[in-house]
Amino acid sequence: MKTLTYPFTQAMVRELHVGDMVNITGKLFTGRDSVHKYLHEGNPSPVNLRNQIIYHCGPVVLKDKKTGKYRVVAAGPTTSIREEPFQWQVIRDHGIVGVIGKGGMGPKTLKACQEYGCVYFHAIGGAAQVLAERIKSVDGVYLEQFGSPEAIWELTVEDFPVVVTMDAHGNSLHQQVLDTSQAKLKELIGQGH
Amino acid sequence: MAKKSRPKAAAKKIIKKKVASPKKKTSPAKASGDVFSSLLELLRRTSAELPDDIQKVILEALSREEKNTTAEYALKIIQDNIALAKKKSQPLCQDTGTVLFFISHPANFDQIKFADTARKAIVKATELGYLRQNSVNSVTGKSEPSNLGPGHPTFHFHQHKSANVEVRVMLKGGGCENVGIQYSLPYGPIEAGRDMAGVRKVILDGVVKAQGQGCGPGVLGICIGGDRSSGYLESKEQLLRKLDDTNPDKALHELETDIVASCNRLMIGPMGFGGKTTLLGCKICSQQRVPASFFVSISYMCWAYRRQGIVLGKNGAISKWLY
Ligand code: SF4
Repeated sequence: MKTLTYPFTQAMVRELHVGDMVNITGKLFTGRDSVHKYLHEGNPSPVNLRNQIIYHCGPVVLKDKKTGKYRVVAAGPTTSIREEPFQWQVIRDHGIVGVIGKGGMGPKTLKACQEYGCVYFHAIGGAAQVLAERIKSVDGVYLEQFGSPEAIWELTVEDFPVVVTMDAHGNSLHQQVLDTSQAKLKELIGQGH
Repeated sequence: MAKKSRPKAAAKKIIKKKVASPKKKTSPAKASGDVFSSLLELLRRTSAELPDDIQKVILEALSREEKNTTAEYALKIIQDNIALAKKKSQPLCQDTGTVLFFISHPANFDQIKFADTARKAIVKATELGYLRQNSVNSVTGKSEPSNLGPGHPTFHFHQHKSANVEVRVMLKGGGCENVGIQYSLPYGPIEAGRDMAGVRKVILDGVVKAQGQGCGPGVLGICIGGDRSSGYLESKEQLLRKLDDTNPDKALHELETDIVASCNRLMIGPMGFGGKTTLLGCKICSQQRVPASFFVSISYMCWAYRRQGIVLGKNGAISKWLY
């Protein structure tokens, strides 16, 4: 088990490798479809994302009526591949050093990870309660006009559990598992197929 | 409202025979004893607690994976999540899915009244946070705060000879529904023909295609034959079977066993991280087909396998839990 503690740097993520189990402590920014499209279109980010981690997540956030404080009640990852057309550019232009999501991403993102120093972390899909417990505070919200799940939520997390599935060295666990399973499939269904 | 004759008899019988003694659960819903409260409690429990048969296979998977691997790590977090959701009585997964009702009832049962009550229970369950607002207008893109709307929830009524009213509910998440697939045999890319060998090929192909998506390890519900709509519906109804039942059809039983064993050799593993557990189970039925068609319909269920059922007593109270 490795730990990654805020403030994050490119050098820190370059030390990570596919298959590493990592607990992240520090800051995360949520961002899903609307945010990625918005940044991809060249709009400025309302918050400096340099050396930050983006989390593909549409959290369920409640506002305490008395204190006005936000609380995250569920915060599992959403499917990342939808951001494949945009992610590489967000990595390049905004200097993010990590992306958290589920399901993995494609070759464009993998290349950007290698070129600009970023890693893809896989969170455990569906583990909404465990992940919500590791979110200690909500520190800000940006682009709220996109609606709550689509906004950028600034979160502080403690021991947020993830697995590196795409590293900054050009390796993708998703590609490796796909290759192995396709080879096995050919074996299982007969020669040549 | 989908109306249908009897469901796959085989699956039904199995469910009845093997119902485990339900855990005692004190809740206000039980005490008040009306259909609305019973359905509300059914929805709460379905969303927050995994049935024992599913927990058991997840535990088995955890013990099978090598120590200190990402596969074991993923399953441990899943295990913790199951315990935490139950303790907090909160949704296991934030995607509380499509709500499907399957109701087996005697003759002279008022389906319209039941459906109205069930809709009210959904609205309340959504208010209470047991369900997420998960019903989106497909044309306008607007989310419906009540969680209702055309086609949501779906009701599948089956008349049966017993005097009992059995209500089963399934919460089917979007991620795993997206990786469901329907093959039409013959299927060229892997030379799957119109026979059981071809059926096996496309099922394995479907699992390889689904990897990394749909929050594995999962369970397959499969229908061989039928038409495009009946095939998918039957495949979902297979997911109502208990995981430890035995298919009375020998050929299908053998195929179920083979599919699980073969898929676990694919080394796709939990979350697609690689590992020994790709599938937790597989349930297969068959339907007649026309000579010109041969469909294999596969519904994929994620590890957050939320289905539960109750028998409604005379006063509308829950008289028994089915899983
Ligand atoms: S596939 Fe299942 S566990 Fe994963 S996010 Fe969807 S409902 Fe949750």
